[in-house]
Amino acid sequence: MGDFFDAFWHYYIAVITIASVGGCAILLWSQSKYKVRLGPDGKADPTTGHVWDEDLTELNTPMPRWWIGLFWISIAAAVVYLVMYPGLGAWRGTLQWDQAGEYQAELRQARADYGPLFAQYAKRELTAVAADPQAHAIGERLFLTYCSQCHGSDARGSKGFPNLTDADWLHGGAPDAIKATILQGRTGMMPPMGAALGSDKDVESVAHYVRSLSGLSADPIKVAFGKPKFASCAACHGADGKGNTLLGAPNLADKTWLHGGSVQTVMETIRKGRSNTMPAFGDFLGEEKAHLLAAYVWSLSNPGAPAAPAALAVTGSTTATAAK
Amino acid sequence: MTEPPGAPREAVVRMYAAREDIFPREIEGRYATLRRACVWLTQILFYGLPWLNMHGRQAVLFDLASRKFYLFGLVFWPQDFIYLAALLIVCAYGLFLVTAVAGRVWCGFACPQTVYTEIFLWIERRIEGSRSSQLRLARQPWNREKLARKGAKHLAWGLVALWTGFTFVGYFTPVRSLGGAIAGFGLGPWETFWILFYGFATYGNAGWLREQVCKYMCPYARFQSAMFDRDTLIVTYDGARGEPRHGRRKGEAQPTTASSGDCIDCSLCVQVCPVGIDIRKGLQYECIGCAACVDACNGVMDKIRRPRGLIRYATENGLVLKLDAGEIRARVLRPRVLVYSAVLVALVGAMSASLALRNPLKLDVIRDRGAMGREVDDGRIENVYRLQVMNTSEQPLRLNVSASGMPSATVVDDRIIEIDGATTRAVPVRVRIDQGAGTPGANRIEFTLQSLDDPDLRVTEGAAFIVPK
Repeated sequence: MGDFFDAFWHYYIAVITIASVGGCAILLWSQSKYKVRLGPDGKADPTTGHVWDEDLTELNTPMPRWWIGLFWISIAAAVVYLVMYPGLGAWRGTLQWDQAGEYQAELRQARADYGPLFAQYAKRELTAVAADPQAHAIGERLFLTYCSQCHGSDARGSKGFPNLTDADWLHGGAPDAIKATILQGRTGMMPPMGAALGSDKDVESVAHYVRSLSGLSADPIKVAFGKPKFASCAACHGADGKGNTLLGAPNLADKTWLHGGSVQTVMETIRKGRSNTMPAFGDFLGEEKAHLLAAYVWSLSNPGAPAAPAALAVTGSTTATAAK
Repeated sequence: MTEPPGAPREAVVRMYAAREDIFPREIEGRYATLRRACVWLTQILFYGLPWLNMHGRQAVLFDLASRKFYLFGLVFWPQDFIYLAALLIVCAYGLFLVTAVAGRVWCGFACPQTVYTEIFLWIERRIEGSRSSQLRLARQPWNREKLARKGAKHLAWGLVALWTGFTFVGYFTPVRSLGGAIAGFGLGPWETFWILFYGFATYGNAGWLREQVCKYMCPYARFQSAMFDRDTLIVTYDGARGEPRHGRRKGEAQPTTASSGDCIDCSLCVQVCPVGIDIRKGLQYECIGCAACVDACNGVMDKIRRPRGLIRYATENGLVLKLDAGEIRARVLRPRVLVYSAVLVALVGAMSASLALRNPLKLDVIRDRGAMGREVDDGRIENVYRLQVMNTSEQPLRLNVSASGMPSATVVDDRIIEIDGATTRAVPVRVRIDQGAGTPGANRIEFTLQSLDDPDLRVTEGAAFIVPK
């Protein structure tokens, strides 16, 4: 609680709090009894002395004694609380409690609870983990929590976000390559090639040629013009246009188009380039969760691996909560 | 200001007073029997219910951890909380109705505070003896006998209280495994806390606080007075018949003097009162309507051979207008009672109908927010959804998922969803439309889940299908 910008506020809060607690105690003590005058018969007036509506009086019926005890207990509890916890301005309390510490403690607890479960899978081969139904269920839960925002709940991606269920991989689809992608992230850079290729006509020709590689409709004349120009692209995409996973250069000869395969879109890609980033999740998720995720993602494009349930039932078991 | 001669002296008045111990005398009679029956009935229910099993599980279990609330054949989910609200409203109106007709009978016969106090009083009497023995024990100085009796009493109270706490927690944690956990010293910290806390509350409320709970803490005790009218049954003392009070010799039936009333001022009605009031002073807010004084006075009237009912259940009008039981009964059906009854019947009817028609299948459609529509190979448009399917029945279901509302909207691939009983599943589902179908922007579609085994079991939920511009 050292975040007061002026020491005044520390004293302001502390003084008000202490004065309030002390004031309650004084009030309780001073008001627990009072003096009355005895009437001529030597007895005290049984009413409180208040009169409403001319003649309505109130009998002075004492409260039960334990009631005042509750007030004293509350005051004692307040004092104990204010000593142990941060309630008096900048005073941190003998327990040194704060919200950040509470969060860290819960995090430590969660790690202690679920750590062994993750560790057990982290020791095993990715392909073996992928074949484990429980690991698959945890992986799916992790995926829905951390990955589905971009890649979709079904992992099929969308424009600009790769489909993870097909066999087409920009940076390699081997289990270890997927894990490396999750841990370290990837940056896909297609430089703007418009100037290098020449005129708009040249760009269009190359676009038609590229489309022809994957068997899409293309103007044969433009294809013929575009083919020699494609030499500028071959450095990354290869002479046959099949791409290079080491560079993250996409295969242009298949029907997967991350940004769209129309002539218009391909031309735009050539002219302006593309820049795409998969963020690194290593620091955030940690090695063990990434391991489970990699196994799950790998299993999506390798359905030959033993069948696992498509989705997980929430039963409140360790499996369900482990992915949190 | 000058003091008048013989000026009154001053005294100190305390605003808080120690509780005066009440040692209610044990009494037999019609109402004591009725109360004992209520104690047995409610407590057999309370202590016994957790041990009842059905469908291979505890019949009544409120599983807070997985947020499922089992009530015999029904499983309630947090989504069904409206039923709890309805139940509470029904209980409130039930209380209003009963109170308008018969006063605080709930307080006197069925309220847990009364029931546990009754149990604790019974234990106290078995160990410390009758009211007079208890009074003697309270006055005598501490010695071995007093220590032994008081110790035994608190030990017995403590055991009953702990068993009560254990039973209470048994409604939230399966009671059989809870028993095993206690035997093996494997109780969780929260289970331990709640057993001790609820046990302590039982011990404190039924052993020490007793009538003070009703007098100072219970809000129902106070607002029930607002339900009273002149035709509400209350415990009354028939002053016209009883006054003036006059003691008389044993076996003497007729009043000593012509002006004497039936009350012989034996004070039995005060001695049996669990809240320590004198009913002859008229209706008081402390009175919980337990009718112990009615039992006591009837016994005395029998002995002095006078008709019963000097203290009896009657209405204010009944006393003033000297109505007999039939005439009092004829006044029960008054507007207040009819309105409460009508509301109660309507509420119970609506709640039962709603429960009977409750759809065990619930569906929530969450559209993938990260992506709008996507174009697939053949130019068709695809949207991705996550269907949150909730099966609140205890049987596994096989469901067919379909999409409608847009021409050519179809669900891709997995159209069959299997879901276990009493579980929730998140299922990713893709929907496709043909190229050119729908208008750019959001289109309304509907998902329908239908059971393969029971076509009537279905649920429909709307969602947006986005066609890119």
